[in-house]
Amino acid sequence: MNTKTTTEKKKPKLDFDSGWNYSPSPESTGHIRLEKRYDHFINGQFVKPAGGKYFPSINPATEKVIAEVAYGDERDIDKAVKAARNAYEKVWKKMPGAERGKYLYRIARIMQERARELAVIESMDGGKTIRESRDVDTPLAAAHFFYYAGWADKLEYAFPNRKISPVGVAGQIIPWNFPLLMAAWKIAPALACGNCVVLKPAETTPLTAMKLAEIIRDAGLPPGVVNIVNGDGKAGAALVNHKDVDKIAFTGSTDVGKIIQRAIAGTKKKATLELGGKAANIIFEDAAIDQAVEGIINGIFFNQGHVCCAGSRLFVQESVAEVVIRKLKDRMSTLIVGDPLDKNTDIGAINSKEQLGKINEYLKIGVDEGAEMWQSKCSIPSNGFFCRPTIFLNVSQSHRIVQEEIFGPVLAIQTFRTIDEVIEKANNTPFGLSAGVWTDKGSKIFNLTSKLRAGVVWANTYNKFDPTSPFGGYKESGFGREGGLHGLQPYLNLK
Amino acid sequence: MKNTFDFHNTPVIDQVGVEERVARFNSRSIKKTSKVEGLKLALSMIDLTTLEGKDTEGKVRQMCYKAQHPHDELPGLPTVAAVCVYPTFVKLAKKELGNSGVQVASVATAFPSGQSTLKVKLDDTKFAVESGADEVDMVISRGEFLAGNYNFVFDEIAEIKNACGNARLKVILETGELSTLDNVRRASEIAMRAGADFIKTSTGKISPAATQPVTLVMLEAIRDYYYETGIMIGMKPAGGISTAKIALQYLVMVKETLGNAWLNNIWFRFGASSLANDILMQLCKEATGVYQGADYFSKD
Amino acid sequence: MTRTTIKKTYKLYIGGQFPRTESGRYYPLLDKKKNVIADICLASRKDFRNAVVAARSAFGGWSSRFAFNRSQILYRIAEMMEGRKAQFLEELLVQGSSKVNAEKEITLSIDRLVYYAGWCDKYQQISSSVNPVASSHFNFSVPEPTGVVAIVAPQNSSLIGIISVVAPVIAGGNVCIVLASEKFPLCAITFAEVLATSDLPGGVVNILTGKISELLTHMSSHMDVNALVYAGKDQKEITLAKENASLNVKRVFVYDDVWEKGTAQSPHFILDVQEIKTTWHPIENVGAAGAKY
Repeated sequence: MNTKTTTEKKKPKLDFDSGWNYSPSPESTGHIRLEKRYDHFINGQFVKPAGGKYFPSINPATEKVIAEVAYGDERDIDKAVKAARNAYEKVWKKMPGAERGKYLYRIARIMQERARELAVIESMDGGKTIRESRDVDTPLAAAHFFYYAGWADKLEYAFPNRKISPVGVAGQIIPWNFPLLMAAWKIAPALACGNCVVLKPAETTPLTAMKLAEIIRDAGLPPGVVNIVNGDGKAGAALVNHKDVDKIAFTGSTDVGKIIQRAIAGTKKKATLELGGKAANIIFEDAAIDQAVEGIINGIFFNQGHVCCAGSRLFVQESVAEVVIRKLKDRMSTLIVGDPLDKNTDIGAINSKEQLGKINEYLKIGVDEGAEMWQSKCSIPSNGFFCRPTIFLNVSQSHRIVQEEIFGPVLAIQTFRTIDEVIEKANNTPFGLSAGVWTDKGSKIFNLTSKLRAGVVWANTYNKFDPTSPFGGYKESGFGREGGLHGLQPYLNLK
Repeated sequence: MKNTFDFHNTPVIDQVGVEERVARFNSRSIKKTSKVEGLKLALSMIDLTTLEGKDTEGKVRQMCYKAQHPHDELPGLPTVAAVCVYPTFVKLAKKELGNSGVQVASVATAFPSGQSTLKVKLDDTKFAVESGADEVDMVISRGEFLAGNYNFVFDEIAEIKNACGNARLKVILETGELSTLDNVRRASEIAMRAGADFIKTSTGKISPAATQPVTLVMLEAIRDYYYETGIMIGMKPAGGISTAKIALQYLVMVKETLGNAWLNNIWFRFGASSLANDILMQLCKEATGVYQGADYFSKD
Repeated sequence: MTRTTIKKTYKLYIGGQFPRTESGRYYPLLDKKKNVIADICLASRKDFRNAVVAARSAFGGWSSRFAFNRSQILYRIAEMMEGRKAQFLEELLVQGSSKVNAEKEITLSIDRLVYYAGWCDKYQQISSSVNPVASSHFNFSVPEPTGVVAIVAPQNSSLIGIISVVAPVIAGGNVCIVLASEKFPLCAITFAEVLATSDLPGGVVNILTGKISELLTHMSSHMDVNALVYAGKDQKEITLAKENASLNVKRVFVYDDVWEKGTAQSPHFILDVQEIKTTWHPIENVGAAGAKY
């Protein structure tokens, strides 16, 4: 059986399309409980919006309405802030840390119990794959509550020689890319430190926050400690501008972050901003190339690229550029785009029609700027909002697709020759949230990780998150840290 | 054939990254049609193996029958790819298998330790081939490898390959003794460049035997070599793969690393003995909807 | 015949040089009897812009100095000040201080520099963490300097104020452009002379004299300034600064401490103008008890 001769002449090419394929393997939705209509969660109860208006939350993979959600305005925000203030003054501020912690532990446990339901709803509402909502978002969200629960009675050890007190009422505005996880990132440390909160979920992804409200209610948390008001930017603005809010925590776009920073300039409000990014992911010739390629994939295609710390600018050392790009294309060819609820889907739906429009506009800009676009040939569903994984070759630092945050599965690839060159280019951006470095040489890693102006640097890995690990940006990527010991500080007054 | 390649400079591997990739393969959900197809494919890739001092002619005969008739109650099953025996049983196996298409593979070269002279190893190989072996599974000299004598290992493989004639050569790296994934990659490069038709993880006599991280590293070595030379090399994880579920995970790994061209028993094999029955039980379950019991499936 | 004394020309301090303001403008500093003590440079927005350029180019070098070296340089600044006590005293007196208060202010200033010199290689250890992540990674967080910091020095003091806000900023590896007190500018320029004769690289500290009303807009809006420290209480100024800061998400820190207090110093002033950077790396797990590859 001599088979070598048959393949010798052909140009090597791998075939990932034909042959054995995976049958659909949809996660069942039978066990989830969704109401037709969701109100606000204020003072421990679900209450109707003052304006009586509701808006639809649609499944971006099917374009079908899955629930109606209360449309909040300043009256609802005011009611929620009053409830938070009342709970803060009468109950929460006075409660010993150990007791506060127990509530957080309870919430963490119930989230773990209802993890499957939360994951399914997260995928239906936001379009992210069940693989990620099940393996990343939901367990990490519960882990955040669990981690900060333990801090509640140990705060004095976190800030030695300082007098600590809670800030008061925190207004928290979260994005649509990790709805449940961001709610956990915001609520858990705030409560551990003794604050009460008013949370506003993103308008395209409100449902897991409402499930979290049910969990909070079922955990018996005193009414008013956590209030959730749904709505769009109008409710967000009302929260930011409310006179009785002591602190704003915002995760979202840099544009909105700047508006918030400006809006609270004349007040005593504290703020943490976690904004956009355009991270450099740098591959050196001496890297473990196959793992680096996996890091590129994970860096830009995780959560459809709807990740503020996405590795959206790839820098490959020229000597390995050809092989890295070949391997990247092969790897991209194995990515499955489609139904977020299918356990085999790698890239789910783009979160909204609006976002898909924005991404497509950037694809056009990239092509118009003269970059070479390459997309995998995978099939995509005819309904819903989908985008094939995309890379741009032959781009340069001045291209808009290199400078601006696209927030989609779109990677701009540049090559470099020297370390100086790549450090300079990597830092040549107004953002500074994250960066990636791939090399087998330890001294080079520390050279890069100390020179890259970014709040999180992943060396020989990418897009890793943990409740114990501080996260946040330099420069226009925002300020303040979430996660870990450092994540307590924004929720405390320190004297 | 003289080596001109610098084996000190083979690609480096990050273990944690490899394990994360493996975890991602393992999260593939193989259901319904793809499960049945995958299980049949896996069955057809098995090298039914018996490599024990207590092997008897009777056992070899029985295995050869099983190889051709995995489970007669279930129609439409493929035969396994090969039976794998010591050289002394090759003649018998060849006769039992006739022209069923099932190959006869034989371990050689002072299996499993390889601790002998090249002359003995060559004689061992020639004896297997002259007895009718279609495939020869050799072991590398791990001691020389770990001592950094890469060209010694290379030369030995090249000589054995020469002695194989038309028989396909599977080179066993015995990855359980190689200590690191970097070494797995390096040994893979040596074997492929010295003329291996297949690279194989393990003898089955050392723990750990085949693992998914090791297999992934070898598959990636095969892919890179293919891009460099246009030559396809086969892959055989052996030892420790005992369940249908794990076998499917290996197939996922092959599919997404090397693609469809490797998803057949010309280019991919499982070295296993108990795997076949677990696959058969799963196939029967898929066919009948009823969970199966081990007593209803003949032991090799 | 009595000797005619040589009067000092008070200039700006930018990039290690002592230029006059490019605008050619000045304001007279008067004593209580309305006599002119000195003509003080009225720095322009262009002077500020030049200072930012100087600061930015000094940042890479200063921030990557070994902490021990920064510590020695801050200590050296204190040494140089000790030698210039007489001049500082003279300036404080002419600006209206009593002798007792002036002497106290000088020694406190020198001691404060020594205090921050000591922190240079220590604050990292009280704000760093190794984070016990639930995966096979080593993960640690360390402070890193924010970058170019614009500072509005306390207006009610000539020496201790500027020392108190500059020292923690540079101790942490940042570079700065500081606007001296408009009313009491003399010591700031003499402090610049101290800096120029210590081992502090040019551009790490840049000192301007002039009006908040003219410069605050530019200090807070400049896109290459990473943080703004404002020492004062004027709510209008604070709001203006914070609003402008949003243009490039500047960090803004407002301090209204009483700097003459011995307790108005702490590592937290250093840590305010630090970013926390978290670094991840995989931990291989082969060999010995963990062998599992």
